[in-house]
Amino acid sequence: MSGPLLDIRGLTIGIPNRSGPPVQIVRDLSFDILPGEIFGLVGESGSGKSASALALMGLNRRPLTTLRGQALYGGQDLLAMSRRSMRKLRGDRISMIFQEPMSALNPLARIGRQIAEMFVLHRGLSWSEAGPKAVEALAAVQVPDPEGRARAYPHQLSGGLRQRVMIAMAMACGPDLLIADEPTTALDVTVQAEVLRLIRGLCERQGTAVLLISHDLGVIAQMCQRVGVMANGRLLELRDAKALFTDPRHPYTQGLLAALPRLGSRATEGRHRLADLDMAIDRDAPDFAATYLCPRGEAA
Amino acid sequence: MGRYILRRLLQMIPTLLAVAALIFLIFSVLPGSFAGTMTGGGRRALSPELVAQINAQFGLDKPLPVRFWDYLVRLAQFDLGTSFRTREPVVDLIAARIWPSLQLALSAMALAVTVGIPLGFLAAMRPGSLLDSITMIGAVSGLSMPQFWLGLLLMYVFALQLGWLPSFGYGDGRLRNLILPAIALGFAPLALLARTTRAGVLEVMGSDHIRTAMAKGTSPAQMIRWHVLRNVMVLIVTTLGLQIGSLLGQALVIEKLFSWPGLGSLMVDSVAIRDIPVVQGTILVIVLWFLVINVLVDVIYAVIDPRISLR
Repeated sequence: MSGPLLDIRGLTIGIPNRSGPPVQIVRDLSFDILPGEIFGLVGESGSGKSASALALMGLNRRPLTTLRGQALYGGQDLLAMSRRSMRKLRGDRISMIFQEPMSALNPLARIGRQIAEMFVLHRGLSWSEAGPKAVEALAAVQVPDPEGRARAYPHQLSGGLRQRVMIAMAMACGPDLLIADEPTTALDVTVQAEVLRLIRGLCERQGTAVLLISHDLGVIAQMCQRVGVMANGRLLELRDAKALFTDPRHPYTQGLLAALPRLGSRATEGRHRLADLDMAIDRDAPDFAATYLCPRGEAA
Repeated sequence: MGRYILRRLLQMIPTLLAVAALIFLIFSVLPGSFAGTMTGGGRRALSPELVAQINAQFGLDKPLPVRFWDYLVRLAQFDLGTSFRTREPVVDLIAARIWPSLQLALSAMALAVTVGIPLGFLAAMRPGSLLDSITMIGAVSGLSMPQFWLGLLLMYVFALQLGWLPSFGYGDGRLRNLILPAIALGFAPLALLARTTRAGVLEVMGSDHIRTAMAKGTSPAQMIRWHVLRNVMVLIVTTLGLQIGSLLGQALVIEKLFSWPGLGSLMVDSVAIRDIPVVQGTILVIVLWFLVINVLVDVIYAVIDPRISLR
């Protein structure tokens, strides 16, 4: 296999502070994503997962600022790119879907038009040429009645359908990397499974790598080949998915996995509760600061 | 859509009736009468007999409910009555004044829209910049400055000191005469629109779908054209409508100040001499304008926002 698709080195994100050092949200994050791989980033809310993903796209809002680091994509550093060349990559080579399908679409524009935009932006098509392509893209994400839905407005669609529209949009140009930031968190469980299957199927077919961000260990276990565990803005453990779930090394990961409820067990039966996790783990202790970053292809 | 508009137009009738009743009541409790404002030559008041005769001539001796009923019957036939002073039909008087009024109100609004909305947009593009600060300070002063004072200031500078423009009068509808009163009338709506637009743009730019648009790779210009303009219009169309609707009524101070022959000055003059039919007529027209603009705004709303359906 050739080198990684995206190589992130020492990514540090923070809020600049006039009187003193910046407040760091993400510290010295390093990992790589291989072509076609599904890489999971798991962690509690506030751990810096989304900020890292948005930093790769150059989409963090002030005051969040990328302070240090590199994200090498095809020999170019995404974090140091001009806005113009970044715009060319966005949506075309690297695309993104978000947690909230209800608000992520423009409420005043028709679905078809919002997808057609991708072809107008990145394939140089006219609007009339892009229209049928948008319908095709809707059909590819298994939206029933794609012609009709292309004429609909977002408020006329359910949350699950809207997320499919987002996926259709993100996959329209056959990107190298799809960043999916909690893509199923806002959906109900039955729809979640379908949407995940759809993402995996499309990406396998188009050879697109996925950076899947979730706080849901079940989703990560089901989807990913490799997993990074983040807490407090740091990557604590980076392992093959199977290895991580069978043999967690970091006390935080161990606590997290131990707190997973099992079907038929009671919360009190020997298993930890998530509420205890915070107290059980001393985040200032030296063993929390340790990281377990295993090279690719470790034995399970 | 057609049914909706028809229903909204029918709904105006009770509003107009209420307004008509209110004007009737106000004039019945207001001291003074048309005959009372007349003087027979010199400075002598009219004799009581003459006053009674004039009142009888205009039907003012009848009890209030009877007069109101007569008025409604004529109103239903689109007859606004006859002016006490000029003896002309009120409809003719209003017809002669309505064009200058609309001319003034629409030019003021055109000024407010073409300057206020772009200014608010530019200010929102660079929040905290010099342009933003100047625009917002200007907007607050524009909103807090009394119209007549701004009018006087404009007159003083551009008519008296610089002599560029005439200080008053209609000038047979020449543009030169329109400029100063239009600016004086349009400044407050301009300021309000600039503020509303700025707030609207910032609200839209902060929404999730703008992040999506950026993730798609749109340039700032494409993003504004495709994902901001229309969304901002939804937020400012209400303000815009209320301004256009109330402008005809607001114009009376400016019309008096600049001796502009519009509805406002006609109304003020008629109030002074208790020419009740004319006052009633002008107020009804001003209220009708407001109501019609309101329906129009709701229709425009439904056109630009697909989430709103008219029923």
